[in-house]
Amino acid sequence: MDKKKLQIALYWGAACGGCDVAVLDTNEFILDVAAACDIRMWPIAADGKYKDIEAMADGELDLAIFNGAIRTSENEHIAKLLRKKSKTMVAFGSCAHLGGIPAMANQFNKEEIFEKAYLKNPSIQEGNAAVPTPHTRVEAGELEIPVFYKRVYKLDDIVDVDYYLPGCPPAPEQVKAVLKLIVSGGPLPAKGSVVGASDRALCDDCQRKKEEKMVKQFHRPWQILQDPERCLMEQGILCAGSATRSGCGVRCPNSNMPCRGCYGPLPGVVDQGAKILSAVSSIIDSKDPAEIEKILEGIQDITGYAYRFGMAASLLQRSVR
Amino acid sequence: MAKTISIDPITRLEGHGKIQIFLNDDGGVKDCYFQIPELRGFERFVVGRPIEELPRIVTRICGVCPASHHMAGAKAVDGCFGGEVAPLALKLRDMYYHAHYIHSHIAHFYALAAPDFVCGPTSDPATRNILGVVAKVGLEIGGAVIKARAQAQRIQQILGGRFTHLVWCIPGGVSKGLKPEELAEIRPMVANLYEFTQFSLKLFKDVVLGNPEYVDLILNGPYTLDVQNMGLVDGNNAPNFYDGKVRVVDFKGKELCKYAPKDYMNNVAEHVEPWSYLKFPYLKQRGWKGFVEGIDSSIYMATPLSRLNVAERMATPKAQEAFEEMFGTLKQKPCRALMASHWARLVEMVQNAEMLRKYCADPEITGDKYRVIPHGISGEGVGIVEAMRGTLTHHYTCDKNGICTSANLIVGTTNNNAPIHMVTKKVASTLIKPGVEPNEGILNLVEMAFRSFDPCFSCATHSLPGQMPLEVKIVKNGEVYREFRRKC
Repeated sequence: MDKKKLQIALYWGAACGGCDVAVLDTNEFILDVAAACDIRMWPIAADGKYKDIEAMADGELDLAIFNGAIRTSENEHIAKLLRKKSKTMVAFGSCAHLGGIPAMANQFNKEEIFEKAYLKNPSIQEGNAAVPTPHTRVEAGELEIPVFYKRVYKLDDIVDVDYYLPGCPPAPEQVKAVLKLIVSGGPLPAKGSVVGASDRALCDDCQRKKEEKMVKQFHRPWQILQDPERCLMEQGILCAGSATRSGCGVRCPNSNMPCRGCYGPLPGVVDQGAKILSAVSSIIDSKDPAEIEKILEGIQDITGYAYRFGMAASLLQRSVR
Repeated sequence: MAKTISIDPITRLEGHGKIQIFLNDDGGVKDCYFQIPELRGFERFVVGRPIEELPRIVTRICGVCPASHHMAGAKAVDGCFGGEVAPLALKLRDMYYHAHYIHSHIAHFYALAAPDFVCGPTSDPATRNILGVVAKVGLEIGGAVIKARAQAQRIQQILGGRFTHLVWCIPGGVSKGLKPEELAEIRPMVANLYEFTQFSLKLFKDVVLGNPEYVDLILNGPYTLDVQNMGLVDGNNAPNFYDGKVRVVDFKGKELCKYAPKDYMNNVAEHVEPWSYLKFPYLKQRGWKGFVEGIDSSIYMATPLSRLNVAERMATPKAQEAFEEMFGTLKQKPCRALMASHWARLVEMVQNAEMLRKYCADPEITGDKYRVIPHGISGEGVGIVEAMRGTLTHHYTCDKNGICTSANLIVGTTNNNAPIHMVTKKVASTLIKPGVEPNEGILNLVEMAFRSFDPCFSCATHSLPGQMPLEVKIVKNGEVYREFRRKC
């Protein structure tokens, strides 16, 4: 351990690994990070263990980068441990920031999730009644797995977070810029800031032609051949761009597909989903209630559209069944 | 109370993993469990969503192989719409997928497999990593590895707009085509990647096959498993990664079944154990018989090696040469030596590069008919692709409005859950014996069992030390009395 080097840890909770890949997609830059820092824990790449982290003095780590949501008791335990040992903690990626895709599960309860995964499923063996349990007694002794919580939490529901780096996954060039700033010891923004993103809406960076947003009919992406030059929302294809922070490089609209909001809400917004819904309601080209009703029939699963990445950060939070 | 050894955490398949070893009083292994301590519940929470959104959601099952989930999902969705897809889109998807394979295989071979062979399986753990590999083979090669992987990512980005968590496949095709100027940018990268696959094979031959100890370790170490083999094949029984039929061959070479995706349910089922969140697939016709090896076992593996074991030939000429050389050297086909997966990966990568070359030369590839609008909703589809780490099945149903009513997923790495559990126990039992205290060396030897399966995280690229964090804890009467950890 080199005292002069920055002491950092990277960790993942309920995550897919895409955030770690985003760090690695900075390509040769990652070698500079390795040279400038002691990576004390990074399950994908480096060698720190829970034990090593537990043995550290409080605040010994300069920086902990945490990606993934909090789904299990293990996720919570490590989040709290890393918080205690770190001067600065970053919520990295949509899951840590807002709950992300795993938080879509908050529309269902734990029993429904288990039933589908282990009991009623076309490939589960007939008559299976076994579901995973925290403690299992086997002939040789006791086996333990973490507790699956009733809902998914975002990182700052569990611990205090200093910075948020949004995106699913964060764009590698943004990751690189943030890591560069940290490694260079430059002045950091105010606590609680969103970093690696802009304060503008995605629409402000989207190159598509925008004329008049008034829609008589909504279309699902497969129902029409999109005009690659024109705003998707104006073509009646739901796009969350107007209620979503920019910074990703407009990667979905540039693929001819609508934004689903992974970079999260604009500054000062309490509920991203509510903003997405107000964007939808503002473009309906009718004053007649019956016609409005009909136009809205073109939209299915509005919850999954408005809260694709932000269910754990929403006013709704979760199903209470 | 008997002693136990916990290995926790290990880096794993898509998240976290744990090994629990129970010892007898004499110090031998009584039992051993490989556990996956997490679940996210995708099969439940995709229900009620517009079916075309699923390929955009299921990518988040794994950020290391998102294209596998995206493609399997897209194929299942195509099925829900009656199955019509623009022929050009099928080519473009396949082309994308070959680039995806190369990125993953490069990362796995160089960052995770190579350190064991280039530096040595029992070399100093502090340098037994990608940096150690670079130190041994030189910065120039290290730079070439990073460049090749970055090119594989870039090709995906050009084709589909994104690499991690692509959003490109849409019912009836893809959302964007390939422009001639984009193809011009891809061509030199493909040429370089082809050269790189040849270089990698040569490196493997020099470093690994040139060392009798390694050959002995591969063929005669504890890393063999008598289970059956699964892989996707084309009409000639050559490996196909994007499409085809699933062929299962026992370890003596006899075909047990060959099924179309829609028939997966008659052939594969899943077993649940209360001590792991991850299910254990098995061959349904044979029934669940427990974690047992043997010619009648219902356990199968789905790995690069098993794919070549079920294949009778490769689909492209240079890959065919590499395939013949590999099995000629191993002198057994099917091969049961799990470590041969590392070689198989490089052989596959040759086919990937040759297929990319083929598509670059295809005059139709830059066409504009990359989508058709679906005519109706038939309500059910099964999509199977060969993910880098195993056969991946997505089965969706939807109602007449195209809203998802059910989803069943059998994930690449999940196929190997039982084999990993079994080989872990086998290796541990071989190494931990009465009177022999497990030492630091056991860590890497257990890891090597894992690595041959390429647990999902290993594909993440040039990971720095490129080793799984393992911890061995020996507990006696509830007190930790010995512990082994790698040094940072």
